[in-house]
Amino acid sequence: MMTASLNAYVIVSAVLFAIGFFGVLIRRNTLIVFMSLELMLIASTLALVAFSRVNGTMDGNVFVFFILTVAAAEVAVGLAIIVALFRRRHTVQIDQLDTLKN
Amino acid sequence: MAQFLFLLFAIFTVLCAVGVVVNKNAVNASICLILCLVGVAGLFVQLDAYLLAFVLLLVYAGAVAALFLFIVMLLDVQGKETFGLRGFRTIAGFVAFALLLAGIGSVALKGQIVSSPPVSVAAGAQLKLYAYQLFTTYLLPVQIIGFLLLISMLGVIVLSKKHEIAEDAK
Repeated sequence: MMTASLNAYVIVSAVLFAIGFFGVLIRRNTLIVFMSLELMLIASTLALVAFSRVNGTMDGNVFVFFILTVAAAEVAVGLAIIVALFRRRHTVQIDQLDTLKN
Repeated sequence: MAQFLFLLFAIFTVLCAVGVVVNKNAVNASICLILCLVGVAGLFVQLDAYLLAFVLLLVYAGAVAALFLFIVMLLDVQGKETFGLRGFRTIAGFVAFALLLAGIGSVALKGQIVSSPPVSVAAGAQLKLYAYQLFTTYLLPVQIIGFLLLISMLGVIVLSKKHEIAEDAK
């Protein structure tokens, strides 16, 4: 059923990655920075699935399985860190979390 | 028809991704993230990765993005975020974005990724293929991943516990 070329999928995944990267750099809210990180991760999985489909092997798909698992663990730990940070500092804005700078 | 579906899902996904980045409200951003994941799942279906599309919806849109929503509501961050289109970081962001887009453009216009014609995978046998791979070639990674999940569970429990001593010290 795959009619769009591999190039198209790779372009979509690269555009998604670029948008996520942009979000990580310009946003100040830690939660949205984290969401942008997830976007980048999803972009890479899309590329993996497309390459795997074109090559006709299962390796890329299985790798995406592992990525999904690690991402779930990562999100759980990251959000716990953000909640702990919020309890301590009462903010999630990156600008105000600069204790190490001074 | 399939070409149209690809375009539809691709545009939908990219628009929702832009929505995640530009939304001032974190709740709207996480809902955009869920929609973006739905779009990516649609793209997965077109790549014949039905199981992955299902798992993506279940794990990511169902658990991860919902967890984001919970945390956003729990923290109740008021939207006084300076959007911050100024400073060195923003310039760096735009430059990096432009470089990535230029790279994509050069790949798209000049280089064709040559590949063998797509091999069709029997749709019914998908799950069996995954299971076979996971329990033979990737047995060790599966165990390591299980251990990682255990560690992250313990880490989250420790992190979200109240530390009385630390509170007193502050």
